[in-house]
Amino acid sequence: MSNEELERQFQEKIDNEIKIEPRDWMPDAYRNLLIRQISQHAHSETVGMLPEGNWITRAPSLRRKQILLAKVQDEAGHGLYLYSACETLGVDREDTIDDLHSGKAKYSSIFNYPALTWADMGAIGWLVDGAAIMNQIPLSRCSYGPYARSMVRICKEESFHQRQGYEIMTHLANGTPEQKAMAQDALNRFWWPAMMMFGPSDNDSKHSAQSMKWKIKRFTNDELRQQFVDATAPQAELIGLKVPDADLKFNESTGHYEYGEMNWDEFWQVVNGNGPCNKERLDARRKAKEDGMWVREAAAAYAKKQEKKEKRA
Amino acid sequence: MNQNLYKYLIRLGDDSLIIGHRLSEWCGHGPILEEDIALTNFALDFIGQAQSILEYAGKVEGAGRDADDLAYLRYEHDFRNALLVEQPNGDFALTMMRQFLFDAFRKPLFEALTKSSDEQVAAIAEKSLKETKYHLKHSSEWIIRLGDGTEESHKRTQDALDTLWRYTDELFYEDETDKALEAAGIIPSISKIKEEWEKTVNNVLTEATLTLPTNGWSYGKGRAGLHSENLGYILAEMQYLQRAYPGAKW
Ligand SMILES: [Fe+2]
Ligand SMILES: [Fe+2]
Repeated sequence: MSNEELERQFQEKIDNEIKIEPRDWMPDAYRNLLIRQISQHAHSETVGMLPEGNWITRAPSLRRKQILLAKVQDEAGHGLYLYSACETLGVDREDTIDDLHSGKAKYSSIFNYPALTWADMGAIGWLVDGAAIMNQIPLSRCSYGPYARSMVRICKEESFHQRQGYEIMTHLANGTPEQKAMAQDALNRFWWPAMMMFGPSDNDSKHSAQSMKWKIKRFTNDELRQQFVDATAPQAELIGLKVPDADLKFNESTGHYEYGEMNWDEFWQVVNGNGPCNKERLDARRKAKEDGMWVREAAAAYAKKQEKKEKRA
Repeated sequence: MNQNLYKYLIRLGDDSLIIGHRLSEWCGHGPILEEDIALTNFALDFIGQAQSILEYAGKVEGAGRDADDLAYLRYEHDFRNALLVEQPNGDFALTMMRQFLFDAFRKPLFEALTKSSDEQVAAIAEKSLKETKYHLKHSSEWIIRLGDGTEESHKRTQDALDTLWRYTDELFYEDETDKALEAAGIIPSISKIKEEWEKTVNNVLTEATLTLPTNGWSYGKGRAGLHSENLGYILAEMQYLQRAYPGAKW
C-alpha cells in the first residue's frame, strides 16, 4: 500500500472517531508529535511534585498533610501512566527523562514558580489543577487510544485535587486576617501563570492546526483559557478574593468574562529557562536520577543474579 | 485517666509520626518514580496511623487535646519516639535500612496488639498491621536487593546497618508503664516481640549477605524524652505554621 493510501485511511479513521492504537500504522509526524506532547505531560507531572512536595513537612494539620501526600502521590502516578503511554510509541522512559534533564524537552512552566506559603497549596490545587483539567478533559477523547485512556483516570483525580485546593482557599479566605491576606497573595501570584498554562494565543501557536486535524487537540488555547476564566472568576468572587486583573468583567451579551492582556514577555522568558525556579526544579530532578543510579544498578544486578540461579535450578 | 495507656500511645504514635515525616522528605526525590510513589504512600500510612493513635491518646488523657494538638503543640522533650525513626534519611540504603529495622519490629508488635484487651488499641493495630506487612515486604526486598546487588550497594547497605544498629535496642525499651499494661493484657510481652524481630532481621540480613555488627553498645533514651539533635529540626519544620499563627485553624 502506498504511503498516501495509508495516510488517507489513517485520517479517515480519525475523522470517524476511531482510536489509533500502538500497532496501527501512523505517520511519523503524528508519532513524533505525540511523543513530544505525552512525554512533556509526564515530565510536568513529576516536576509538579516538587513545589507541593516542599510543603508536606510543613502542612499545618495531620489531615492537611495526608491530603497533600495523597495528592503528590497521585501526581507521581500520573507521571507513571503517561510515561507508559509514551512507551507504547516506541520510546524509552529513561531516554525521555534524559531529554528533560538536558533541557531538550520542556514541561509546564507553571512549576517554575515558587510555592512560598501554605496558601499556595490552595492556589495550586484550585488554579493549576483547575487549568490542567480544562486542558485534559478534551484529551480524554484524543485520537490516540493509550493517551486518551490514561487521561480518563487522570482527570478524575485532577478534579478531586481542584476541589481540595479550592477548599483550602475557602478556609483561608474565611480565616484570620493574616490567612485571608495569605490567600489573596497566593491568588495574585498564581493567577497569570495559571492563565498562561493554556499556551500562546491562537495567533502565535505553531502546533495547533495540525493537532486539531489529528484530533489530539479539540479546542484552541484561547477557547480553553476562556473556559477557565468563566469557571474560575466566579469562584474567586464567591469566597471574597479578588482576581488580579483590572480588566476582568462579565459580558452579559456574550455570557463570558473578558480579561486583560497577558505578559507574553514573561511567558517566553520562563519557557526559555529564565523563570524563578527553572534551575532549582531541573537540578532537583537531575540529582534524583544521579543519586538513584547506584540503586537502579543494584536492582538490575540482583535481578541478573536471580535469573542465573533460576537457570541453574 | 489511664496514665500508662496515655504514655504508651504517645510512644506508639510518635514513632509513626516521626518516621512518616522522614519518609515524606523523599517526596519528589526518589531514585525511581515507582519508589517515589511507594515512599509517599508509606508516609501517608504512617501519618494516618499517627492521627488515629494520637487522637486516641488525647481521649485517654481527657484534657481536651486532639491529635493535632499533640503533634503540633508539644515540645521536643514531650516526644517519646525512638531515636531510630528520627535519624536523617541519608542515602536510599540508610532510609531503607531504618525502615526495615523498624518494620521488622512493628509487624510482630501490631500482630500482638490486635489481641489487646483494649478494643480501640486492637482496632488501630488491625488496620495498621495490614499496612505494616506491606511495608516490611517492601523494605526487606530492598535490603536483599541492595545487599546482594553491586559492590557499591553492598557497601552502602552494610554502612547503613553499622550506623543504625546502635539504635535498635531502644525499640525494646521497657519500664513500669509497659509492665502495668502487659499485666492488664493491653500490650504483649516485649521479649516475644524481640524474638520475632531477631528472627526476621537474621533471615533478611543473611539473604542480603550483610554482616551483623558485633558492637553491642546501644544508645537511645527517646522513650524518656531525650532526643538527638535531629528532632528539634523536624519539629521546627513540622510545627512552623501552628507556632507562627497561634490559634489559627487550617
Ligand atoms: Fe496530575
Ligand atoms: Fe493534580
